[in-house]
Amino acid sequence: MAIDFLYPQYEVARNYDRCISCRACERQCANEVHFYDPEFQKMMADESKCVNCHRCVSLCPTRALKIVKTDHTFKENANWTGKAISEVYRQAGSGGVLLSSMGNPEPYPIYWDKILINASQVTNPSIDPLREPMETRTFLGKKPGKIERDANGKLVPNLSPQLALNVPVMFSAMSYGSISYNAHESLARAACALGTFYNTGEGGLHADFYQYGAHTIVQVASGRFGVHQDYLEAGAAIEIKMGQGAKPGIGGHLPGLKVGPDISKTRMIPEGTDAISPAPHHDIYSIEDLRQLVFSLKEATGYKKPVMVKIAAVHNVAAIASGVARSGADVICIDGYRGGTGAAPTRIRDNVGIPIELALAAVDQRLRDEGIRDQVSIVVGGSIRNAADLVKAIALGADACYIATSALLALGCHLCRSCHAGKCNWGIATQRPDLVKRLNPDIGSQRLINLVTAWDHELKEMMGGMGINSIEALRGNRLMLRGIGLNDRELSILGIRHAGE
Amino acid sequence: MNYVIIGNGTAAIGVIEGIRVVDKHSPITVISDEVYPVYGRPLISYLLLGETTEQRMLHYRPADFYEKNNVKTLFGRTALSINTAGKTVSLEGGESVPYDKLCICTGSRPFVPPTEGLETVKNKTSFMTLDDAKRLDALLGDKNDKRVLIIGAGLIGLKCAEGIHRRVSALTVIDLAPRILPNVLTDAPAAIIQRHMESKGVQFILGDSAARLTPDSAILQSGKVVDFDILVVAVGVRPNTELAAAAGCTVERGILIDDHAATSVADIYAAGDCTVSHDIASDTDRILAILPNAYLQGETAGMNMAGGDRAFTKAIPMNASGFMGLHMVTAGSYEGEQYLEHDADSYKLLVTRDNRLVGFILIGEVDRAGIYTSLIREQTPLDTIDFALIREKPQLMAFSHAERAKQLGGAH
Amino acid sequence: MKRVYVNEKWCLGCHLCEYYCAFANSGKSSMVKALKDHKIAPRIRIEERNNISFAVSCRHCEDPLCVKGCISGALTIVEGAVHIDSEQCVGCYTCILSCPYGALYTSHEGAVQKCELCLKNECGQPMCVQGCPNKAIVYEER
Repeated sequence: MAIDFLYPQYEVARNYDRCISCRACERQCANEVHFYDPEFQKMMADESKCVNCHRCVSLCPTRALKIVKTDHTFKENANWTGKAISEVYRQAGSGGVLLSSMGNPEPYPIYWDKILINASQVTNPSIDPLREPMETRTFLGKKPGKIERDANGKLVPNLSPQLALNVPVMFSAMSYGSISYNAHESLARAACALGTFYNTGEGGLHADFYQYGAHTIVQVASGRFGVHQDYLEAGAAIEIKMGQGAKPGIGGHLPGLKVGPDISKTRMIPEGTDAISPAPHHDIYSIEDLRQLVFSLKEATGYKKPVMVKIAAVHNVAAIASGVARSGADVICIDGYRGGTGAAPTRIRDNVGIPIELALAAVDQRLRDEGIRDQVSIVVGGSIRNAADLVKAIALGADACYIATSALLALGCHLCRSCHAGKCNWGIATQRPDLVKRLNPDIGSQRLINLVTAWDHELKEMMGGMGINSIEALRGNRLMLRGIGLNDRELSILGIRHAGE
Repeated sequence: MNYVIIGNGTAAIGVIEGIRVVDKHSPITVISDEVYPVYGRPLISYLLLGETTEQRMLHYRPADFYEKNNVKTLFGRTALSINTAGKTVSLEGGESVPYDKLCICTGSRPFVPPTEGLETVKNKTSFMTLDDAKRLDALLGDKNDKRVLIIGAGLIGLKCAEGIHRRVSALTVIDLAPRILPNVLTDAPAAIIQRHMESKGVQFILGDSAARLTPDSAILQSGKVVDFDILVVAVGVRPNTELAAAAGCTVERGILIDDHAATSVADIYAAGDCTVSHDIASDTDRILAILPNAYLQGETAGMNMAGGDRAFTKAIPMNASGFMGLHMVTAGSYEGEQYLEHDADSYKLLVTRDNRLVGFILIGEVDRAGIYTSLIREQTPLDTIDFALIREKPQLMAFSHAERAKQLGGAH
Repeated sequence: MKRVYVNEKWCLGCHLCEYYCAFANSGKSSMVKALKDHKIAPRIRIEERNNISFAVSCRHCEDPLCVKGCISGALTIVEGAVHIDSEQCVGCYTCILSCPYGALYTSHEGAVQKCELCLKNECGQPMCVQGCPNKAIVYEER
């Protein structure tokens, strides 16, 4: 046997005083870490297989388990960290591209945490959201530049199609394939109950989920999987995916192993074949080409649905967004570099793209400067972790936010970042029927509803504190924000002043 | 409405509870020649064994059962005749009890075969009632020094043997049949139980019978002599049908009733060991002298007496019993295709006929046997379930997903 | 009446219901005390095969054959729930022979045991339901 250069990252710490050998851990671990040893008459573990997903920890009825980081170390080296060394070992062993899942975990600055929110004192009194009306409903879509009246002075209805959101949070694109049927059902049902939207991703729409169409955004991506007339008609809006924050510039790849009968049918590809989304749309090489697709989709759906264009936050995002705004899109969605993924090359995920905070500020400012801000709504995603991030994003200029990682966490995801292995113990990022059934949508949808409802309460509370009672009044209201520990350049891009100013 | 029940066994309780499902108030009169409130007759062996007490035995129903159900009890009174024209029951002592609806739950009595010298045996008893058990208990005393001969290796004889085996110096069971439990088991499983009981000190003499009795010994047909201090006659039972016959009810081996538990005479019903049941497992009419059957017939009679409409069409023979730690459950008939698995201490026989499970015998591992019983009772077509799984063990896994959704999810 | 219902679609075969049941009926203050180094004899049991699994416990039938056939009066219906008085039970197993669901079990103590909806212990609602991670077992009116 060749030498294994890699030492397990985690240890399974089992408290044998508490372990009753019920074997729930063993039965629930798809990675086969735990096993019962009849000879020793106790539970044992092979920690080399552990991904630290906490399924066993969560289900252990006597709390006899925890997973700890191994204290086995390499010789200390600030440059050649254990992680860097292990990655070399892995590649030297496999010869392959390193794959990762979920968002960029590297310690880059998190601008949300360097922005503070204002509150009213004395003048412009704060509002108590429990006593006074507080509007968190918002509309996405092109807003008319001017009011038009006919010869009789009657208003001419010139409003483009809009998406009405009861709360300025939507669930971002995650394909059926990358996540499970039950995860999709949970998202769909929660979106309906909350009066917001979830997004099919590029995997098409399962026949069972057409019933949730009024709260569904259907995506058209470079692979065009599952796109057909009924699909486009089914959704409340259509999103063209140009890029994804976790892996800007590259496409997607759903391994054939995950393409079972249902996914094959939904994606309209043969069973067992790899579903490869090309890096670019092969018919889009310019804003004019994009405009063609935007209008093809509008034409196909009778100009009744807003068309959204999703791009990754990259260096020239402001200029790109300006082009997108001029392409006829009703909504621009920007995905920051911390956005999640079911699988991406590690180097790309960890090194490509820019923070959503900076991208959002830059795009909003650019569109204002060009006088076209009202032509599009801006939706941002890529690690909105809580209601404070949400408030800050809106104040930086967003109309609404997309959440995905937060939503998955609500469903039970423990961010073990092993989605690409397809053995998600929480029934989310897997297609294995025995694992998929672990996510009961009755529970999942309720947890999503709880999460967004809680955020909505917090949002109202913070808005009230600022003396603001509508999303309208908060949007782009950068005076409500101050930076802390940021340099002038950062402050100027964010368009905010430093705390104390 | 005035209900009268003759008898106070399990069937009678079924009648009372059946009546009260439909009619909450009308008076019920129970006539019984025993002085006790109802008790489960099979418990008498457990009483001797010390697994229950007389007090607990008499708690088959709570102490206030009769009162709460507005039942007038005439205990220690014997019904002599039924006057169908005047709709009354005459009691010993001259009293007569009027009825609108009558149920005969007279049960059965021990059958004592005429044997030369039987009358000379002083220390003898049958084994059917609480009084029998008390008599036997008194005869045994507390010195564990008595030799007991039990005639009859049926359920009653063997349960009696189990009940007293720790309190005797010698225990012999004889039966004319070549195996124990001749009406319940086939040869091989009977042998397993026999071996087990022998290992606990019970002696069996099979294929033989008492030709002659002396006060303390039995001379068998084979010439063998068995000495005893106490004789228990447990050969079998005969239904008490005389009252019913005299009242004009059609009686064959037992009282004939329809699926509503009605006899051939208007307003007279019958239930329990005194009746003939239709055994759906063997598709024959026979006496099924078993407790669950008595209750279900009684309940059926009661509901119909009170104006309800209940049919009992699922009678089958079934027995659950333990013998000195070895458990046995059986149900149905053994005529048909047989599926057998066994080793020295355990035995499993399933019998199918015409795409139905019709019978089974389990010895040793008996958990979940009711799933098998239910297949017999419901006459479930075996091609609608996974029979390979059912053969393996009783399990709901053998049913379809939809059927299980009904069973466990309450989906209808 | 509220009953325990099982939806096998969501049963994961984790067997936690069995352990919570055994704990609930142990009278002990912690699961560790109750179950460490014990072989459990729960009143709810999982059947599993291939990828199908489901829990089986007393259905608390409206027309319970176990109660009707009980020779000792140990099984009774109390406000719709089938109860067992283990003092009264002599362990004849007629109920085991009668129950179409196989929901009564032999026990080490001689008397049969069965689900009593945790009405006799202090768990509030049935512990199997509380312990089920996926709502495969629910306690509700249907």
